[in-house]
Amino acid sequence: MAMGADAARARFRPGDRVRVRAAYPPGHLRTPYYCRGHVGVIERFCGAFANPEELAYNRPGLPAQPLYRVRFKSTELWTDYREDPQDVVEIELYQHWLEDAS
Amino acid sequence: MNDPAGPGPEDSRGYYRRMQAAVEELLILKGVVTAADVDGEVEAMASRSPARGARMVAHAWVDPDYKARALADASAAAEAIGLEVGPLRLIVVENTPDVHNVIVCTLCSCYPRMLLGIPPEWYKSRAYRSRVVRDPRTVLAEFGTQIPDGVRIRVHDSTADMRYIVLPMRPAGTEGWSEERLAGLVTRDSLIGVERLPDTV
Repeated sequence: MAMGADAARARFRPGDRVRVRAAYPPGHLRTPYYCRGHVGVIERFCGAFANPEELAYNRPGLPAQPLYRVRFKSTELWTDYREDPQDVVEIELYQHWLEDAS
Repeated sequence: MNDPAGPGPEDSRGYYRRMQAAVEELLILKGVVTAADVDGEVEAMASRSPARGARMVAHAWVDPDYKARALADASAAAEAIGLEVGPLRLIVVENTPDVHNVIVCTLCSCYPRMLLGIPPEWYKSRAYRSRVVRDPRTVLAEFGTQIPDGVRIRVHDSTADMRYIVLPMRPAGTEGWSEERLAGLVTRDSLIGVERLPDTV
């Protein structure tokens, strides 16, 4: 985990509402398609980590990106979700994929 | 991951086997790793089993302070009882009477190998990875696991640098059991969350 000068500043706090960017760039991505464009809530901050989109191409991935666990209602991810409407999916997402949705 | 071979049966891995062999050969030729490094890592992976995760769960069941530590910083808590975690970060998610947790990696097959060893084949299958986020109860029922009405499901998608294990609820009727005996109740599938331990033994 990287910290300090090599890490981007964490912009979000637990409880903040965020929207995942609806972007479809090429390359090695760790942002599942099924959450792009959807709104969730920051569950926790996990630390800052070298950006895997850069690491995949043997670049340093710095500054490190803050990583969060974001909680989505399953009914937000799938409008036709058939099971308990209280169910959730929690996904690790890097800050550069998140927009403020408060 | 893009599949240059196109969609096909999951066991048609000839392409990937050849690619893996070629990459391994190149890495050794270029001096990035040695054959002994590769053998050593394979051996270390094969030596880890879900008994490690079970030991951590049993310790959390008997020691409430330890359980609190495990929920706050699972990597440190695992290391504190001699379970080496390595560079990835561990998170323990706790089952309660209201919440059942399930682990998946929809993008590939990230798995808490440091505590559970080598993942089962089904964990890596496209069927499990794509369906458990969308139809969790249906998938769990196929494992023979019924989630009672009113219990909420939290699915954890290990997309990045965290790895997860589930802390199952301690079955009733186990008061006074030794940690070793308790650990014997904890199955691999209960640590992934596709199984619920019995309410009572």
